[in-house]
Amino acid sequence: MTRAQKVEEKFFKLLMILATYFILAILAIIIYSIFEKGLKSISWEMLTQVPQGGYYYGKGGGILNAILGSLALASGATLLAFLIGLPVALYLNVFLIRHKRMISIIRFLLDLVWGIPSIVYGAFGFSLLIFFGLQTSLLAGILTVTLFILPIMIRSMDEILSTVPVGLQEAAYSLGSNKSEIAFKIFTRQSFSGIITAVLLSFGRGIGDAAAVLFTAGYTDHLQVCSPGDLANGITRQK
Amino acid sequence: MDHNTKIEIRDLNVFAGKTQILRNVNIDIPKNKITVILGPSGCGKTTLLKCLNRLTDLYPELKVSGRIMIDDNNILAAKEDIYKLRQQMGLLSQRPYPLPMTIYNNIAYALKLRGIRNRRETHKLVMHYLQQANLWDEIRTRLREPASRLSIGQQQRLCLARGLAVNPEIILADEPTSALDPISSQFIEETFVKLKNDYTIVLVTHVLRQAKRIADNVVFMYLGDVIEQGSVEEVFGNPKMEKTKLYLGGTFN
Amino acid sequence: MYLLNRAQRHTVNSTWMIISLLLVALLPFLLFIGLYLKSVLLLHDYSLFDLIFSKTWRPSAGKFGFYPFIIGSIWVTVVAMLITAPVCLLTAIYVTQYTKKYFLRIMHPAIDILAGIPSVVYGLWGILVIVPFISRYLGPWMGVKTMGYSILAAAFVLSIMIIPFVLNILIEIFRAIPTELKEATLSLGATQWQTIKHVLVRKALPGIIAAFGFGLARAFGETMAVLMVVGNVVRLPKSVFDPGYTLPALIANNYGEMLSIPKYDSALMFAALLLLAVSLFFNLVMHFFIVKYNKY
Repeated sequence: MTRAQKVEEKFFKLLMILATYFILAILAIIIYSIFEKGLKSISWEMLTQVPQGGYYYGKGGGILNAILGSLALASGATLLAFLIGLPVALYLNVFLIRHKRMISIIRFLLDLVWGIPSIVYGAFGFSLLIFFGLQTSLLAGILTVTLFILPIMIRSMDEILSTVPVGLQEAAYSLGSNKSEIAFKIFTRQSFSGIITAVLLSFGRGIGDAAAVLFTAGYTDHLQVCSPGDLANGITRQK
Repeated sequence: MDHNTKIEIRDLNVFAGKTQILRNVNIDIPKNKITVILGPSGCGKTTLLKCLNRLTDLYPELKVSGRIMIDDNNILAAKEDIYKLRQQMGLLSQRPYPLPMTIYNNIAYALKLRGIRNRRETHKLVMHYLQQANLWDEIRTRLREPASRLSIGQQQRLCLARGLAVNPEIILADEPTSALDPISSQFIEETFVKLKNDYTIVLVTHVLRQAKRIADNVVFMYLGDVIEQGSVEEVFGNPKMEKTKLYLGGTFN
Repeated sequence: MYLLNRAQRHTVNSTWMIISLLLVALLPFLLFIGLYLKSVLLLHDYSLFDLIFSKTWRPSAGKFGFYPFIIGSIWVTVVAMLITAPVCLLTAIYVTQYTKKYFLRIMHPAIDILAGIPSVVYGLWGILVIVPFISRYLGPWMGVKTMGYSILAAAFVLSIMIIPFVLNILIEIFRAIPTELKEATLSLGATQWQTIKHVLVRKALPGIIAAFGFGLARAFGETMAVLMVVGNVVRLPKSVFDPGYTLPALIANNYGEMLSIPKYDSALMFAALLLLAVSLFFNLVMHFFIVKYNKY
């Protein structure tokens, strides 16, 4: 190895180490600053009260509405997405297993939809709302978030279900099961933990991606009809 | 060291954590001969081969001790320049792994590592090594295609040509025909027999017939031990150890 | 015991599956048509060229020029990728080629935590840490007067947000390269760095490009975190220290008033349509890029 080569390798190795520790350091800084600044302002009152007049300007009240709203929104959307997502994932892996082309087209569509920014779903949700002449509501928010997390949920379930061995399926057929029994009994049981993971993942995305629902759910300072958008708005307004 | 011996392995022990993969291995590998290392899978043959060109360095969990002398040089000694050392040996693995470049550049890259940068010379040598590996006639018009477009058998011969291009003295082959069809395998075997005049060849295999066809020397290994070694006539014709007899008789594999 | 017999249950289950599947398969088209129908009002009065390249944004005067937002989005996304791409590539190579296995076991949860932080929290962190840092230290040090709310702040926060996404893909790609390819190169006498530079990176190249492409598409559509730190000023930024405005931020900031001004809602839906088109375009290109390369 020549000297130049040695210097080059050393140089790049140093860069790599810097890059790696940069990421770890950023993570540490984020966690530190959020806790340091966030914990100071968190109190029991804050978590258990709805905002009272002028809350955003430092007066009384709390963010209970935002917390409950986020939970209600994300749980509702996760439940709905599960009811639509699981059958789709099962259909792909049980009914369409012999139609490779069909599967790859659907997976491709799902990947496309996965990449669409949440704000686009929000805009779409809002235009639908106007189209049907509806009011902004929690239900509209749930529907929008459902659309948003649906591809995420289906693709992660699909990943798990596609690992179920073909042999198991054939064994079930030979016992006389029909396709939907194989799907809902064999596959769901075999991939139970993976399905749970997919659900949790989608729930996380739903609760985190506030932007999508800013439109539809609206936000209020009262209980129940509010969303994570509230949190975001509180923050942006404060500045 | 006997001047006919190219590689002399003494007291080689390899541990992976607490399990011992190779146990007190002592082997003499003669010059310009084909030495076949024979044995059932998982008996440490591949590890032995990796010790020879220090690819064991890639696996920090492997602890290697002992001596491997190549031309009176202990290659396990740490100060050895492993890049030069690896260029003394061409490696052929179980499946072909062509570099992600054109066919031509696969060979040219090896030449570049050897220090040849002159274009005319590169050109000449690429052709030379492809001919040596019995591949030139099939692909002479496709040199600028990605190497991955070749058939598996062609890829394996390309890898052989690439291994030869670093100008080694030794060829290490780890079951080089196990992924190939019979005709490609035959190609490789014939090439080996041709090459043994210029190179020392160490071939790992578990195919008895292949060993019988091309080996000069046979080393029989079982679970990390060398059970028996000697010329092909001795080991196949008149095995001394019980385990060798059983293996040759097909009782276990 | 059951309300329906086996055959009937089979029919119900299958129908349910097919209806769900249709809904999902039609989703991208529904999104596109829905947004198009809403923005058609705007497209009817202005040409597409005018909308995209006009610089004046004054909805109350009926002037809808998206150019500042498009440029703002491109600035933020490109600067973010300039940070993310090298950091992710170097880290992915380091953790897959140089470190022992336990290091990857430390890295994985770290990446997962970064990926799991909601974008609002990233935005908050940007306001608390990055914005003051730029206005108090980096700006003066570079001799620039800046409020801190800037393209740079948004790009930095954004780059941190997409690091876990891009890094995860890159690590998978490098791990998928067979060890034997590395051994083959090393056995030719190449050093480890030569092996990485000439063989591994080249082998992974289509994957690397795809990872960056997906990251780019994702960065382009990110809303909340960017909105919180980018400054939201409708102006063409001259440097990274200037505030800007992005397409997603435009939509999110103005949904409240959008029904108060004629065609305003239509304009915002047009912005969403643009975002959708960019996202679909990037994902399509990357998809066909991967498919094409995998044929080799």
